[in-house]
Amino acid sequence: MMGEKIGVYVCHCGSNIAGKVDVEEVARWAADLTNVEVSRHYEFMCSSLGQELVENDIQEKGLTRVVVAACSPHMHERTFRGACARAGLNPYLFEMANVREHDSWIHDEPVQATNKAKALVSAAVHRVTYHEPLEPMQAKINPATLVVGGGVAGIQAALEIAEAGYPVYLVEREPSIGGHMAQLDKTFPTLDCSACILTPKMFDAGNHPNITLLSYSEVEGVDGYVGNFTVTIRKKARFVNEELCTGCGICTEKCPKRVIDGVFEAGLGYRKAIYRPFPQAVPKYPVIDAESCIYFERGKCKACQMFCPTEAIDFEQEDGIVTVEVGNVILATGYDLFDTRKIPQYGYGRLANVFTSLEFERMVNAAGPTAGSIVLRDGVTTPGSVAIVHCVGSRDKNYHEYCSKICCMYSLKFAHLVHERLPGTEVYNFYIDMRTPGKGYEEFYHRLLEEGTHFIRGRVAEITDAVRRPGEEGKIIVQAEDTLMGAQRRIPVDMVILSPAIQARHDASHVAHLFGISCSHDNWLIEKHPKLDPVATMTDGIFIAGCVQGPKDIPDSVAQGAAAAARVLGLITQGEVELEPVRAIIDEERCSGCRICNNMCPYHAIDFIEDPGVSRVNPALCKGCGTCVAACPSGVVTGAHFSNEQIMAEIEGILVSLDGKEPIPEVEALTA
Amino acid sequence: MRYAYYPGCSLERSAASYHTSAMKVADRLGLVFQEVDDWNCCGATEYFAINLLPAYALVARNLALVPGDLAQMAVPCSACYVNLKKTDKYMGKYPQLAQRVGQSLAAGQLGYRPGGVQVRHLLDIIVNDVGCDAITKGVVKPLTGLRVAPYYGCLIVRPENGFDNPEYPTSMDRLLRALGAKVVDYPLKAQCCGGHMTQISEKVAYELIRRLLHNAAEYDADVIACVCPMCQLNLDAYQGNVNRHFGTDYRIPILYFTQLMALALGLSAADAGLGSEIVSAQPALAKIAVEVPQEEDKKARKRADKRALPMPTMPDEEA
Amino acid sequence: MMASGNGQPSSPGTFFEEVIAKTPGGEALRLCLQCGTCGGSCPSGEDMDYTPRHIFAMLAANMKDKVLRSNTPWYCVSCYYCTERCPQEIPITDIMYTLKRMAIAQGLYEDADAPDWSQTFIGMVEQFGRSYELGLATRYHLTHRPLGKIRLGTFALDMLRRDRLALTPSSIRNTSQLRAILDKAKELEGAQ
Repeated sequence: MMGEKIGVYVCHCGSNIAGKVDVEEVARWAADLTNVEVSRHYEFMCSSLGQELVENDIQEKGLTRVVVAACSPHMHERTFRGACARAGLNPYLFEMANVREHDSWIHDEPVQATNKAKALVSAAVHRVTYHEPLEPMQAKINPATLVVGGGVAGIQAALEIAEAGYPVYLVEREPSIGGHMAQLDKTFPTLDCSACILTPKMFDAGNHPNITLLSYSEVEGVDGYVGNFTVTIRKKARFVNEELCTGCGICTEKCPKRVIDGVFEAGLGYRKAIYRPFPQAVPKYPVIDAESCIYFERGKCKACQMFCPTEAIDFEQEDGIVTVEVGNVILATGYDLFDTRKIPQYGYGRLANVFTSLEFERMVNAAGPTAGSIVLRDGVTTPGSVAIVHCVGSRDKNYHEYCSKICCMYSLKFAHLVHERLPGTEVYNFYIDMRTPGKGYEEFYHRLLEEGTHFIRGRVAEITDAVRRPGEEGKIIVQAEDTLMGAQRRIPVDMVILSPAIQARHDASHVAHLFGISCSHDNWLIEKHPKLDPVATMTDGIFIAGCVQGPKDIPDSVAQGAAAAARVLGLITQGEVELEPVRAIIDEERCSGCRICNNMCPYHAIDFIEDPGVSRVNPALCKGCGTCVAACPSGVVTGAHFSNEQIMAEIEGILVSLDGKEPIPEVEALTA
Repeated sequence: MRYAYYPGCSLERSAASYHTSAMKVADRLGLVFQEVDDWNCCGATEYFAINLLPAYALVARNLALVPGDLAQMAVPCSACYVNLKKTDKYMGKYPQLAQRVGQSLAAGQLGYRPGGVQVRHLLDIIVNDVGCDAITKGVVKPLTGLRVAPYYGCLIVRPENGFDNPEYPTSMDRLLRALGAKVVDYPLKAQCCGGHMTQISEKVAYELIRRLLHNAAEYDADVIACVCPMCQLNLDAYQGNVNRHFGTDYRIPILYFTQLMALALGLSAADAGLGSEIVSAQPALAKIAVEVPQEEDKKARKRADKRALPMPTMPDEEA
Repeated sequence: MMASGNGQPSSPGTFFEEVIAKTPGGEALRLCLQCGTCGGSCPSGEDMDYTPRHIFAMLAANMKDKVLRSNTPWYCVSCYYCTERCPQEIPITDIMYTLKRMAIAQGLYEDADAPDWSQTFIGMVEQFGRSYELGLATRYHLTHRPLGKIRLGTFALDMLRRDRLALTPSSIRNTSQLRAILDKAKELEGAQ
């Protein structure tokens, strides 16, 4: 350890660090630390000139260790490891001190921020002394990919990869792919027919030779690591033999049980107990909903079976388990709609003519329950006035603090569709702020202004049928403050459309857990970097696309689907990846074979070897999390790059920096 | 079950019928209410408008007077309830406030630690501690045929109290159903009665009262059941003024929910504190003396048209 | 952004900051989106000079005189709809109480009825420890609204006939203790 030559580099990051931390002082101070050969500060260490500083010093001054005090290792650890490697130094003999996110960005007081920077640099210098050269491991990439979720983002991703010539397993929970986009009528701002642009893609995905479509299926288990995942999928019983079914639809026609379709028709229409969600469904095979089916309830009926010309109905069918091997995974599981019943003052569920956005989408859809007629809940009456309520459950700390991003635009689309189909109808849009950032979006807003839509700037306070004044009888009254006027207004209308927040799927956190990635407090899955790595996750080989990451419109979802596919194709083309050599190692000589670590390991990476009766880590599966290191009662598990010596030295580095005092004896005792 | 009991000033005289019926009902249900000795006014909605710290100190004196062996306090008046609950909550949330209220109480040789007393509205205790099932068992004279509009007003449910929905409460609905009444589900049940507005702007106050009476009348309510002396006073004692002001002719009796409970549990009209209401309850209550057969549930009506679209279902819907 | 994130007032000593400081949880006032949920929900919003939302914009602009002279806080009926519905969790009802206190303290209110009603009420409470309706209403109406007493008359008569009005105040026993507590509280509040 003695005789190491350490180079310390303190980055200004423009004014990001230097604006708070006295970087010159830190560099000057660090020069006196043990083993420090050279200590510099530089405006942008990540620039090529900054990296060259490191490379030149390694070569000219013979540095054996490097510390860069800059931003988060997430951001640039790889950059500086690369610089070390280029100059011939093992990249793991490098350590990063985070003096930006952990210091300059979060502290106000410059002197204290500078002291903290010194402590962090000291910690890194002490630690790096104990670093050991490590060699990365290689893993082969299985060229097959799993795409979870068959909405537009998942379909796009699957098609991109399949077109490039690689196999894809596309898993969809519902009986058909298509997702929310299949439910929509028109898309903003171009007013393309949603089905017309989506169904060709659905068909391609369903028939592509490289795509194995697993509809009505859910992922149950995931094992492995980038390049080599093993995925267990439950194929739910359809009670229809896909080999025999021709999709003729007679079974649905003959089924005597009609139930409200809460999924595809958003509760506005009915379906049979054996059904295909919509005519263009992919695959074309129907499913029996066992919870509504008369046969499953009472043991008799079987009308579908009697009339099926190909004997495809199979009441004995059971769930099947499919296991697939893939190299990468793309999660595109989409969103749920906020349940507007949680805001009782908006009357949904009590006032018949209050509808949700998805109900209205189905209503205006020519293939929907009213064949495209805009009518009240009685199914007959045409509304003379319609109110559209923005921000239902969005931008509200009581529900979701975030803006759902798409509601302003589709609310404008609704207003347009009402004007178009029911000329002369008064349309009121209640909004807080009109948010139209997107190509052609603001222009669409202007079009709605031209069409005579009434825009009232005020979040709706309540929706009621309690009459207060003449003219309100028989109407639903929308009460809000017109904030531009500064007065309360009550607008009596015939129909109200609520534009609810889009929220994470109810089981999003379960999905995140299953695939070993994390989600935010509102359950959106978290990307690796919000700007620079938006479709990757912190787990190599797992990518995300579409609304699973946050609210998005169709173009953004499609772009993310394609982007995730491009990332996967990049890995497939490389053929193999380097794995971080940050792994646990068991000293088998001293292992007592107690097997405590075997069950603690969250990645199932530790096996017990019967002969000679010790535990052994599978380096390909190990993520270096350290659980076993802490759990081992004999203390014989070592985490490479996180050894006890390294961590104790890091702590000591912080402690010695405090007022220049000597290390605390207890710490010395611990490190000894 | 034993509770400290804080009646509040109104229950001494203007809402004596609330006090009488509450005591009789509590007795019948096996609830023991021990009145807080030498309790003082909660300051209503006025004191907080003058001096903030003295207002909290005024309220906190009552919390400090609760004997140590009683963990919960029953409060029949919604205004008192909100002040007592809010004082306890804010003292817990804002340590500086708690400290200064503590110093003030100490000047009177008293002390109170936030969280020491759980403040609960009488309705909460009856619905959630006794429970509707137990109450149904005690009903000897069901309110069959009586159309009751449960009126919650504001302060029992807002700011959020944790025992019922702040926008669309249903506790009293369930209770009244347990008593055999036909509950009128009308939209304004948690709207404001105007509070002290009668003393500030009659025009504004009368309009607020009119809306409530109008809505209850639209839904053919025989009687409005309330949980707060201020609501009762505004809807009952000002009903005549409202009629004169708007040229209307509402005659809806306003009773406390405990009065209806007393009747259903078989107590006498005197025990129910009847007779002090200004709008006579006689015509309405005649309906339960004669046994009217239970009304057909209007909700069960069939859809007239096959084209009709399905209604979304509500989780807590009455079967 | 940094400053408000740390809860530091942007410009201490302004009217806006004073209102925030005098309201428990008042910091949330900085988060107002001007969405109007409060103004839309207010049962007496139609009769206010300015809606609560409008008042908050005026607070941010430090329009002290106009805010404290407005009838808005006095027309608040304490129904808490605004507080419950506010998407930014601003304690709006409590802010209305703060504005009332500030208006009284600075003698800036224009509509004399409401503040006087409050003061009459608490005078009674401080004297007896409890409130009694007839004394209160009579004193208030005779002092402030002599023309209104006729209407009060029918109301009072109805109430008296049914024995619902107290003619004499009820008092707590330990008035000296209450007085000591309130005096101490006033002293502490004054020292703030």
